[in-house]
Order: sequence, then C-alpha cells, then structure tokens
Amino acid sequence: MTPREQFIAFMTIVRKEIHRYLRIWTQTLLPSAITMSLYFVIFGTLIGSRIGEMGGFTYMQFVVPGLIMMAIVTNSYSNVVSSFYGSKFSHSVEELLVSPTPNYVILMGYVIGGVTRGLLVAIVVTLVSLFFTRLHIHSYAVVVLIVLMTSTLFALAGFINAVFANSFDDISIIPNFVLTPLIYLGGVFYSMDLLPEFWANVSRLNPLVYVVNAFRYGVLGVSDVSLPFALGMIALFTAVAFVYSMHLLNSGTRLRQ
Amino acid sequence: MIPALTIENLRKVYDNGFEALKGISLEVEQGDFFALLGPNGAGKSTTIGIICSLVAKSAGTVSVFGVDIDQDFPTAKKHIGIVPQEFNFNQFEKAFDIVVNQAGYYGLPQQLARQRAEKYLSELGLWDKRNIAARMLSGGMKRRLMIARALVHEPKLLILDEPTAGVDIEMRRSMWSFLRKINTEGTTIILTTHYLEEAEALCRNIAIINHGQIVEHSSIKNLLRRLHREVFILDCVETLPEALIIPGFIVRRMDDHTLEVEVEKGQHINQVFAELDRQGIHIESMRNRANRLEEMFVNLVEGAA
Repeated sequence: MTPREQFIAFMTIVRKEIHRYLRIWTQTLLPSAITMSLYFVIFGTLIGSRIGEMGGFTYMQFVVPGLIMMAIVTNSYSNVVSSFYGSKFSHSVEELLVSPTPNYVILMGYVIGGVTRGLLVAIVVTLVSLFFTRLHIHSYAVVVLIVLMTSTLFALAGFINAVFANSFDDISIIPNFVLTPLIYLGGVFYSMDLLPEFWANVSRLNPLVYVVNAFRYGVLGVSDVSLPFALGMIALFTAVAFVYSMHLLNSGTRLRQ
Repeated sequence: MIPALTIENLRKVYDNGFEALKGISLEVEQGDFFALLGPNGAGKSTTIGIICSLVAKSAGTVSVFGVDIDQDFPTAKKHIGIVPQEFNFNQFEKAFDIVVNQAGYYGLPQQLARQRAEKYLSELGLWDKRNIAARMLSGGMKRRLMIARALVHEPKLLILDEPTAGVDIEMRRSMWSFLRKINTEGTTIILTTHYLEEAEALCRNIAIINHGQIVEHSSIKNLLRRLHREVFILDCVETLPEALIIPGFIVRRMDDHTLEVEVEKGQHINQVFAELDRQGIHIESMRNRANRLEEMFVNLVEGAA
C-alpha cells in the first residue's frame, strides 16, 4: 500500500472507532462523568473538607488531577479492549486481516481510537471538576504530553488484553482486578509522603504512580516523583507495550489459525 | 497467461497435530469459474483461509496473479475478494458503512468508496437497505452484503465459500445470475458449495478435495464424460405392465406410469425408447434421477471412481 492508502486505512479505523463510542455514548462517556461527579462530591467536598490540605493544596484540588487521569486510563483501556475483542468475537476483525492494511496501521488505528475517547472523557471530567474547584494549570505542555502518553499506553494495554481474551469475562478481569487496584494505589487519593518508607518503595513499582504524579505536576506543579523519571518510565512502558502488540499482530497470535 | 491462482504443495498442520492439507497443488486460470468441492472437513475452508491470510500455512507456495503471498502479501490481497461461509461483519453497523469501511481498508478514498458501495449495493438489490443495521437484514441479504463488501475494491479474483447456503431458490438464482455477469466481465471466481447442481450450473473447472488431498482436478465436462452410468426417469402415457423387461437395461417400475432406467456408458437411450415404442408405451417426459455431478462426487470421495 502507498503511504496515502495506508493513511486512508488508518483514518477509516479511527473514524469507525470514534463513531462506535459516540453511538453508545451512554455506555462510554456518560458513566465517567457521573462516577467522577460522585468522587468529587464524596471525596472532594464531604470527606475532603475534614482532611484539610495535602501537598500544599486543598484535598479537592489534590484529587482532581488523579481522578481525571483515572478516567483517561480506564476509558482508553476499555475502548480498545472492548472494541477489538468485539471485532474478534463477531469475526469482523477478518475484514481488516484479509485487507492489505499493514499491522502497524491496524494497531495505531485502534490505539488512536482509544486515545480520542480518553481525551474526550478527560475534557468532560475536567469540565465537571470546574463545578467543584478552580483549576490552575501549572504546565499545559506537561498536561498534554502526559495525557497523550498515558492514553496511548493504556490503549496498547487494552489491545494486548483483547488479543488474549477468549470471552467477555476475560476483558473485565484485568480492569477489575489489576487496573482498578493499581489506580487506587497509584496515589490518586493520597500523597506518597503519607506512606511508610517500605510501602512507598513498593508503590514505585506501580506504573500508575508515575502517570498520576506526572499529571499532578502538570496541573498543580507538585509531584511525589521526578518528572523526567516519570516521563521516562511511561515512555518505556509504552515502547514495551507497542513492541509486544506488534509481535502479537505479526505472529497472528489468537487472530490467525 | 499468468494463472489467477497457483498453489503448490500446500500443507497445513494445526497445533493439535491435525493435518488439514497434505501437500495440495492447484491452478486456476484467469477468467475461470472454478468449483472447489469436498465433504465437510476436507480442507476447502483451510485452503481459502490460507489464500486470504486468515490461516497460516505450514509449507508450500501460493501465488495470486503471479504474486507470491510470501513475497508480497499486500499486493496479493488487493487482487482477492473473499466471501466467507460465516457472517463476519459487525451486526450493529449499517450495510452502507460496512461496505465503505471495507473500501477504506484497501486504501480507496471516501468519495470513490461511496460510489462503489452504491454501485454494488444497487447491483445486489440492497441499496434501499443501506441505512439498516446489518443484524436486521435477512440471511440472503447478509450474504449479498458480504458479496458487495468483497467486490468494493474490484478484485480480480473473487472467492466465495458456500455463498448460497441457507438462501432460498429465487435468491440463489439471482445470485447465480449476478456471479455469471461479473465472471463474464472478467472476474475470476472460485466457489465452494455443497449444492453440486450449483457447481454444475456455474463452473467450468473443478477440483475435488478429500482428506486434505486433491482427488480430482479437471473440467466439469471431462468429469461428467467419465460417468459410467446415468439414471433416467420416464413418465409414460400408458399404464406400465407389472413385469416390464427391456433387454440389456436395468429398469424399475416406480408406479403405474413411471419407469426408472439405468443407462450404462456405451448404451443409448434410443434403444429404450424403441423397445417401449414396440411395446406400445409412449413417453410423455423424461428427466435425470439424480444430479450427475453428485453421483461422480460421491464416487470420488468414497474412492470408488
């Protein structure tokens, strides 16, 4: 395929993905807005008012970046895992596999589809958060960079999950039993300074720690980990996930007989 | 002329050790209407799967219009349109979107994709259903949708895996007529089917595959010429006697006015007519008892031919 034809194929996948999640917006966009509103009300307003300051900010201001990042992570992941597994389940993935579309275009199409949903949800959740607190962005560049890198990383992770999934149960196991605990233990609701040294060190094995803290730095200008180190770790995880995803596609694992 | 499809020593061994293809070789000429027949599990779908990249081969070579799939699969894929046995589209998408998206996967610009989608959905009688979700279409419509989708990039080789399974007779006839038309216009067609009269009606050449091996590869004409025996059913005007004998022929009296006659190779049906005429029995009409190709097929796959 010529580069132009590859771009057309890529845009076809992206357009189809966006159309899919917009068509079922009550399942894809609305739940995040409602869930995050509840988090803002319960953790930010009701409980947060009794907690006081954290990291030099009100508790509400402190949790908002983590909650936005939580929405980005879950949405970029779940978009790709459900869409790609759905296409495997219905065999419509064969439409792509029999076509001359290169594997990296297929992967990027699905990933960018997940990234756009992550971005859209991030905007919705940010707008919701403005009803509860004022947001002062410390660095727009860091915010945009972290959002793009994180949504790409978790869209790739969703793709890997979808490739290995054999049932709809399999696409909910990782989000429920791995992703959610990692998010909750990734410093969304607390500063790492509050943890005993041992658990703080254990937490540094959690990729969500870097994602949440790097994003918090972009919004508030404070972080429990160094920004360059966090960016390096996210880039490393993303590169590994990309290479592994390409390996799965090229070898036809669980896709070709 | 470069063949549309060349398969040499193609082998497939699945992970569980099952050898689905045992080194088959096959050639399909450009412009041919080719039937690939075989009982369930013979290796037809595996062969098609390898040609269109859904199944990884274990050994052998496959070339599509001279393009080796190991050398340049993307170019080979551009030449192929595939209509699988099972419905493999997103049931929640609209028919039009399914066809337009498929065009996009082949790199066709949006405008051209929309024009082609309109052309093929119209030709297959689905244009007025274009905005309906695929799940709402009838079985026959879904099959035609898959044909429209396979043709949207205008492939030179169209492969149909049992395209008329579960389709009513009227719809089957209209699909036959459409397939004949695009074959006349230059598209090479490979068809697998369980309806042997379909292969006999549409195809010029044939391969029969059984237990992963090609057991026959010739023209349908040649194949039928090799039949040793044909059975005719004669509808007679007069009441047939209880003990009817036609010397040299095996005859069975089905009822008072119906006679079944076996005609071996080298015998002539005229001898039957002459003898019946001599006995004062006139023939009102005549037909074959069974599909001739079916008889040959059964002989070949049972190893009796």
